[in-house]
Amino acid sequence: MTAVAPEAAPLLEVKGLSKHFPVTEGILRRRKVGEVKAVDSIDFAIRRGETMGLVGESGCGKTTTGRCILRLEHPTAGAILYDGVDLAKLPPKELIAMRRRIQVIFQDPYSSLNPRMKVGEIIAEPMKVHAIEPDPARRATQVRELLAVCGLSPGFADRYPHEMSGGQRQRVGIARALALKPEFIICDEAVSALDVSIQAQVVNLLEDLRERFGLTYLFIAHDLSVVRHLCQRVAVMYLGRIVELADGDELFDSPLHPYTQALLAAVPVPDPSVEASREFRPAAGEVPSPINPPSGCVFHPRCPVAVERCKQTRPEVREVRPGHWAACHEIR
Amino acid sequence: MSPLLDVRDLSTVFRAGDLTVRAVDGVSYTVKHGETVAIVGESGSGKSVGAMSILRLIPSPPGRITGGQILFAGRDLLRASDEEMRRIRGGDIGMIFQEPMTSLNPVLTIGRQITEAIEQHRGSDRAAAERRAVELLGLVGIADPRRRLRQYPHQLSGGMRQRVMIAIALACDPKLIIADEPTTALDVTIQAQILELMRTLTRQLNVALIIITHNLGVVARYANRVNVMYAGRIVESGRAEAIYHRPGHPYTVALLRSVPRLDRPRQARLDPVDGQPPDLTRLDDGCAFRPRCRFAIAACAKSRPSLEPMAEEGHLSACFRSGELDRLLGAAA
Repeated sequence: MTAVAPEAAPLLEVKGLSKHFPVTEGILRRRKVGEVKAVDSIDFAIRRGETMGLVGESGCGKTTTGRCILRLEHPTAGAILYDGVDLAKLPPKELIAMRRRIQVIFQDPYSSLNPRMKVGEIIAEPMKVHAIEPDPARRATQVRELLAVCGLSPGFADRYPHEMSGGQRQRVGIARALALKPEFIICDEAVSALDVSIQAQVVNLLEDLRERFGLTYLFIAHDLSVVRHLCQRVAVMYLGRIVELADGDELFDSPLHPYTQALLAAVPVPDPSVEASREFRPAAGEVPSPINPPSGCVFHPRCPVAVERCKQTRPEVREVRPGHWAACHEIR
Repeated sequence: MSPLLDVRDLSTVFRAGDLTVRAVDGVSYTVKHGETVAIVGESGSGKSVGAMSILRLIPSPPGRITGGQILFAGRDLLRASDEEMRRIRGGDIGMIFQEPMTSLNPVLTIGRQITEAIEQHRGSDRAAAERRAVELLGLVGIADPRRRLRQYPHQLSGGMRQRVMIAIALACDPKLIIADEPTTALDVTIQAQILELMRTLTRQLNVALIIITHNLGVVARYANRVNVMYAGRIVESGRAEAIYHRPGHPYTVALLRSVPRLDRPRQARLDPVDGQPPDLTRLDDGCAFRPRCRFAIAACAKSRPSLEPMAEEGHLSACFRSGELDRLLGAAA
């Protein structure tokens, strides 16, 4: 599967990516008794300058996918081609150089900033680690510029994270990610912990930065409304697999996979009139254990349209309409 | 008919050293029998502290309820003895909290936690309490209830645990359930199941529900009436339909405009609320939303506006300019 138009060479191409975690038993002598297929052979590609959304519920593998791209996890199988270089096979030294180009913004602005460091030191840290700007005075200038870019006054450089609000802390996390002038940023639930009024500010900031610096984002989130707002293309994951991938508006307006349909129906819209007119039946059941996933299509026990074949064979992801990919036997 | 719950001018403060935080500052509202009322607001707006005050579950010190009345079925809970309050909590008023893992006891079986409530409040014997527990688990949609009764909370999924919390809340035929962010920790498909379950059961059993949430979508789908809170006060109150379609407070307007919507295509930009959330230790005499408000005038700095009626019956707004808000919004657009 190549979900990218031939004219635009992708910045990132993930091919057959898998990450399996061992399940062990015993305290003194650990035996492997099974494995969790957190990510199970997924493919997708991200074009330069676009925002790709990766959505799904807890345990679907979206965060593990992001961590594999950052090589915070070592993939079990597959290739992660970044600008033509396979990150999965990159030796540590070259990996460090590559990490300048790929940065991450985490969910929790409370635990991802060192409480003992001043904001200025936090933002300057990546420049020190990567020996990009050895001169302290010039580093300080850059820190002030980065703060300004993220909508914070230069005075924040001398504050500690606990003196700031959640929204301000997340801006510091973004400034730190920008310190190395990356091309690609993985946003892992980057606005999920923020209150609505502050979330919108940070969403706008991310969008402005993308335009200003020509950034490419992988936006990992469970909040579908934010994803609809931000992402040009969206992939939906369920139990370690991509079940649907399409252009954003196409996916949200005419979802094809029964899981995507259930997911979208479950999200309440902030409008009582719209809600009153919506027909709504919640998806039955819960997400099964990834240690022992269902046979065939992993969604079949909860699927309203499942037939016998869905229990037997796993549907492959196929291009159902131009640019719209889905993994379901029952889509014609 | 008089309302089931009538909260009048409730105030709760927290003190730490020299600092005083007015977490709830003169809040009044009512809940009718069988009605679902949503309390919405962002972190620190006082929505949870207000609800915990009804149950008198404010840790003291540092917290203290400093004034007001909480009339529940005609009597003032602020004057009830501790013993009476113990009977009311989990009896006539059920509770559902955000995190089912921390609100269930990890070392007791599910069954014991349900039967304990029934034995305490109803004086039923073990066997009768167990029969009721089985019935309750069936009611909240848990398959194979007899087996589940012998299990511990960690053996259940998050959604299952929240179903158990609902069963406990319903155990003693409450008249009111207070649910504080009941689905915030759950995945969206499970959230939908739990909310549907709560709606069906509260209708079926004619239980009133106060649902505290920051999720404007959940409010739109489930609430009859809405109280919007900001900095410890209710700034707007009314039927859900009125609040969403004819908001009378600039904060409500800003909140509704700042949420991205699933039913709207990708737009260029969101319209966020400017500025930072209020610092509750530094509130002055003026309107707390003033520093972030696009329509603030000199009067807003002088005193705090009180809740005043809007055109529609039961629709209240605490804004000096609520009457001209439509015009102001039109001019700004």
